[in-house]
Amino acid sequence: MSVILELRGRVIKGGRAEGEALVSSQPISFYGGVDPDTGIIKEKGHELEGKSIAGKVLVFPHGKGSTVGSYIIYRLKKKGVAPNAIINQRCEPIVAVGAIISDIPTVDCVDTSKFKSGDWIKIEGDKIIVERR
Amino acid sequence: MYLSKEEERMLVGELGYAAQKAMEILVALGKIYDAEKLVPITSAHISGVSYANVGEDGLEFLEELASDGRVLVQTTLNPAGMDLDKWSLMGIDREFAENQLRVIDVYRRMGVKITCTCTPYLVGNEPRMGDHIAWSESSAVVYANSVIGAKTNRESGISALAAAITGRTPFYGLHLKENRQPTVEVRVPQPNGEFEFACLGMIVGRLVGDGIPLFRGILHAEPDELKALGAALASVGGVPMFHVDGITPEAGEYVDRSMERLTVTESDIKSVKEEYASEVDPDLIFLGCPHLSLMELKRIASFLAGKNVRKKLWLCCSKSVKLEADKLGITQVIEAAGGTVVCDTCPIVAPVKDLGVTAVATNSAKGAWYSRNLNNLCVRLLSTEECLREATK
Repeated sequence: MSVILELRGRVIKGGRAEGEALVSSQPISFYGGVDPDTGIIKEKGHELEGKSIAGKVLVFPHGKGSTVGSYIIYRLKKKGVAPNAIINQRCEPIVAVGAIISDIPTVDCVDTSKFKSGDWIKIEGDKIIVERR
Repeated sequence: MYLSKEEERMLVGELGYAAQKAMEILVALGKIYDAEKLVPITSAHISGVSYANVGEDGLEFLEELASDGRVLVQTTLNPAGMDLDKWSLMGIDREFAENQLRVIDVYRRMGVKITCTCTPYLVGNEPRMGDHIAWSESSAVVYANSVIGAKTNRESGISALAAAITGRTPFYGLHLKENRQPTVEVRVPQPNGEFEFACLGMIVGRLVGDGIPLFRGILHAEPDELKALGAALASVGGVPMFHVDGITPEAGEYVDRSMERLTVTESDIKSVKEEYASEVDPDLIFLGCPHLSLMELKRIASFLAGKNVRKKLWLCCSKSVKLEADKLGITQVIEAAGGTVVCDTCPIVAPVKDLGVTAVATNSAKGAWYSRNLNNLCVRLLSTEECLREATK
């Protein structure tokens, strides 16, 4: 039986998307921290090291690192290995700009500790629907 | 966030693709920083020009924007990875040069002035006091806020471009008077020349992080000296603005406030040099970080007149300053001595390692900091005169 949780956040980049959640309690640096051609997290010691963000709903507290990270998100999208959507606790400019130029639905002002990797997440505007099996 | 009718139209795409993307970016930033509205700007300055930083992905995005995007206000461009005309003399390879010229071309199509300098205020992009502007390039931001009294946040290349395309920027941060107040008072001895101002900036940048210092004890300061001070404060720290009691335009409003106080001594200033005292002999000596003014070039020329430069000496400035120097015969004096006036670029954004450079000397605290931390070079920080003596030794 699936549990359904419904949350509301703040829209950074509007749209509809769904996918399996990949959740990190640590911030993510796209520049240097994610392989732009494969979507695999490569930051040494990161809790998601070795995991692919491609096609996922990527949940993490906020971005970090160089502003070049926005262009890395754009490249992930062009290569077809970007996340389907992003959920942040508090979005910052690197992720916001990256999501906008890459058309990746993004919502913030959400308690990201409520999510678990493997949840099925649907995003519609500011609405987030979580199914947990 | 409140949006006007025209801003709403941009956001829904009625005014084209680029205006829509740009407006989406500004609205998102406005939300993140709790801006209540957007404000019109009179000027923009864009960083993110070197192909080494923009890359193929950045270029593809810029191409998309240029499909129908045009800047609405005076907009200038930061240095590129090479001299746009004399790249081959610099030793830049053809592939890098062609890619760099594609980046320049896409900005040109959007109506950006191809100034390729970190000193837009020396090449005609001169906002007035109180103007809202959107500048990236940390040394230009700190100069605009502190010395000119125009108002800008520390924008990224993309957010400054978005502001230029829409003619607006989110109203938060340094656009609000209450965020322009000093956070710490710094008592200092009078520094002497650009070099000591730069060293002072390095010390205070480290101490105050992204705070706003109010300097006391500086009785006189040339614009070039304030340029050197600001560049160091903004790169070593994250300082967006500073005040100098009796000198900068907004300092007077705050001189009677009590606040946290720091003291910097002459020996503190002298000690900065010791941190950047690489044993390795420099194979490149550069002046002009930020880009040299005409006055600075003139002084360098009078030192070099009749001497022989024996090492690679780059004097970096904008093309428009070089043109003035050409007219006054300054460039000719420098070149006759064996120095090179390099335009449109600097050793921070040019691929200097590919040019065989491993060790540098400079009078710039910002240049020293980035040469070490970004480009992994051995660095000597010397006064302007010591740099020139080293080059002609």
